[in-house]
Amino acid sequence: MDVTETDRRLLAGIADGLPLVERPYRRVGDDLGLSEAEVIARLRALIGAGMVRRLGIVVRHHELGYRANAMAVWDVPDDRIQEAGRLLAAEPDVTLCYRRDRRPPEWPYNLFAMVHGRCRRLVQMRVAQLSDLPSLAGLPNAVLFSRRRFKQRGARYAPLAEVA
Amino acid sequence: MSPAACSELERRLIDCYQRGLPLVPRPWAEIANELGVEEVDVLAALERLQRDAIVSRVGAVVRPRAIGASTLAAMVVPPERLDEVAAMVSARPEVNHNYEREHRINLWFVLAASDHDAVERAIRAIEQATGIAVIVLPLVDEYRIDLGFELSWT
Repeated sequence: MDVTETDRRLLAGIADGLPLVERPYRRVGDDLGLSEAEVIARLRALIGAGMVRRLGIVVRHHELGYRANAMAVWDVPDDRIQEAGRLLAAEPDVTLCYRRDRRPPEWPYNLFAMVHGRCRRLVQMRVAQLSDLPSLAGLPNAVLFSRRRFKQRGARYAPLAEVA
Repeated sequence: MSPAACSELERRLIDCYQRGLPLVPRPWAEIANELGVEEVDVLAALERLQRDAIVSRVGAVVRPRAIGASTLAAMVVPPERLDEVAAMVSARPEVNHNYEREHRINLWFVLAASDHDAVERAIRAIEQATGIAVIVLPLVDEYRIDLGFELSWT
């Protein structure tokens, strides 16, 4: 599916969330010059095509009591990373799992997983368990706990000026 | 804010509506119907959750690279400059997440923009403004789709 200019404007228009009014899709459409039916149809198409992964409540882990947030990383040989990534992603408590480029020598790791928990000790234990998975055992790894959150919001792919 | 402070309705909203928000003219009324409450109750609960920042928004989570471009990036910031540099990074409209992490590479942020060049320009601007090199860690593959966050209410 091709993402149209209208879709881009629509997604930019709801980047900060749907308005909490009785008819949110109509309100969004009013701001963009689209009908309520068009807004609903475009969102349905974007979800159906997988461009929108989900439409719903986006929670903030920290405020829900999940105070410990670790980015766990491993250096996995390239020919094994797909298998390792899929197995790791299937583990409970792994909320995101990505392969990213390495930047040696300062950053040798290519497999990233986010693990959230209510306390640091439990997250540490969980990451240690993950590191013992057969596909990850013995590989170089690191655990980067978050210390301070300076900014957290949804991505804006278009400047706000383009939204109007 | 602890989860214990969430009402029964708030918990059910968080448990059930991180995806699949009804695509009907009155989605809150549909949710209310499903949960056996009134539309105004759902709206009030969502307003409260947003006001207390338990919920950041009710909206769309877009697949990476589906529209525009984004990347993870990081910097080695001298501790005495961390507040200043973090503020400069957060001030960029392209930056949506920005965290201090416990590592020699201590500032981690995500940038998103309409295209790859715009992301690159933002990174160069951050390097120029701070005098610190940015380590760019673009996505290569995704192994887990974001389907929301499963909570254990204790």
